[in-house]
Amino acid sequence: MIPAPFDYVAADSGPHAIELLATHGDDAKVLAGGHSLLPMMKLRLAAPAVLIDIGRAAGLAGIAVDGEELVIGATTRHADLASSALVRADAPLLAHAASLVGDPQIRHRGTIGGSLAHADPAADLPMALVALGGSVEITGPEGTRRIVAEDFFVGYFETALQDGELLTAVRVPRRPGVRWGYEKFVRRANDWAIVGAAAIDGRIALANMGPVPLRARAAEQARAAGATNADAAALAAQGTSPGEDIHADRAFREHLARVLTRRVLEQIS
Amino acid sequence: MRVELTVNGVRRSDEVEPRLLLVHYLREVCGLRAANIGCDTTSCGACTVLLDGESVKSCTVLAAQVSGQDVVTAEGLAPPGELHPVQQAFRAEHGLQCGFCTPGMVMAAVSLLSENASPTEEQVREALEGNLCRCTGYHNIVRAVLAAAEGSEGAGRHANSQTEVTA
Repeated sequence: MIPAPFDYVAADSGPHAIELLATHGDDAKVLAGGHSLLPMMKLRLAAPAVLIDIGRAAGLAGIAVDGEELVIGATTRHADLASSALVRADAPLLAHAASLVGDPQIRHRGTIGGSLAHADPAADLPMALVALGGSVEITGPEGTRRIVAEDFFVGYFETALQDGELLTAVRVPRRPGVRWGYEKFVRRANDWAIVGAAAIDGRIALANMGPVPLRARAAEQARAAGATNADAAALAAQGTSPGEDIHADRAFREHLARVLTRRVLEQIS
Repeated sequence: MRVELTVNGVRRSDEVEPRLLLVHYLREVCGLRAANIGCDTTSCGACTVLLDGESVKSCTVLAAQVSGQDVVTAEGLAPPGELHPVQQAFRAEHGLQCGFCTPGMVMAAVSLLSENASPTEEQVREALEGNLCRCTGYHNIVRAVLAAAEGSEGAGRHANSQTEVTA
C-alpha cells in the first residue's frame, strides 16, 4: 500500500515546525515517528497535502527533571521512555505503559507526543497520562499553554490541539516509590487494549471505555470512603460509554473494566 | 526529493518521491530483496531492518524520514559468502520453515542481542512479539536466538556495525 502523494518538509526545531504549520495551515499534518499516521495514510484514511516531519527537529526529544515534575519532549520514543532510569524511578507507571506499546520495532519509532496527539482511546499512553494526572505543553503562534490530560482528550481521536499548534512536551508528577497498578486485556500479544486500567494513589483511569481515556470516579470515591477493593471495583463501569466491535460488546467491556480495576486496586493495596 | 542514506555500509544518494516507503526504497531502488513485504500494516515484521542499529519495520517508515541515517538489511549482516552468528544459529537450529519471515526474525534478533547479549527465553519471546511466523515455527526460532546468544559474543554486532556491543 502506498500513501497518496504529498509534499514533505523536515522541521529543524519546534519553532520551525510552528512556522511551517502557519505556512501550510489545514493542508499539513505533523509527522513524528509516523506509526499512527503512516498506516492511516497507507490505507488512505488520511491524505494530507503536506507532511511536516518533526522526527529530527532539535530540542523536542529528551527527559528532564523540573522540580516536582518530569518533562518529556514530544518526540521522545517509547523505547527511550521504557528504558529511562529517570522515568523508571519517578514515573514507573509511564515507563511500564511505554514498554507495552506495540512491539520493539514500533517502540523504536513511535513517540509519546505522537501517541497522545493521535488520541486513540484504546492506547496505553493516554490512559497512563490520565492516571498520573499529567499534562501536555502546546505551543502555537500565540505562545505556550499547558493542558491537563483530562482536558486534552476531547473526543474519539480528537484533542484540544488547535490549528497551528504543536504538542511540544509532556509533564508528569514525580512519584518515586508510590505504588501503581496496570492491566491491559488483549487478544494478541502486541494489540491495543480491549479494555485497560491503571491506578496510582486515589486515581483510576480506564482505556477504551469511551471516546477518551476516562477516570473511574465512582470507584475512586468509593475507595476513598473506605470501600473494599472488590466493592469499589464493582462501580468501575459507572459513567463509561464503551463502544462495541468484533472483540467485545458493551456488557463485556463493562465486565472487563470491573475485573481490571479490581486487579489494579489489589496491585496498589 | 533527494535522500542520502548509508545502506549496508555503502553511502547512497537517490532522488525519490516523498511517499516512497523505506521497504520499497530498499527493494526497488537498492535492489535488496531480503526485507519482505508481508502484512504491509506494521504487524508481521517481515520487513524488519536495522536503522542506526535498532530494529524498525520498513513498511512504516518513509525513506525521506531517515535521510542521513544508517540502514542494514539481512544482506549486510556479514561479508559476502559468510554468515552472521545469528544467521548461522538459525541454520544450525533449523529456525525456519518456509523462510519468508526469516530475514525479519534475524534482524529483530540482532537488534535484541545488541541491547541484551544474554536474554532469557522469555525475553527472546517478548522481543520477537512483533514478528509473525505463519508456519508457526517459533520454538526453533527462539532456540536459534538463544543459541546465537550463547555461542557468540558477536551476535549483536554485524559487518556494518558503527558501535560495539557493550553488554
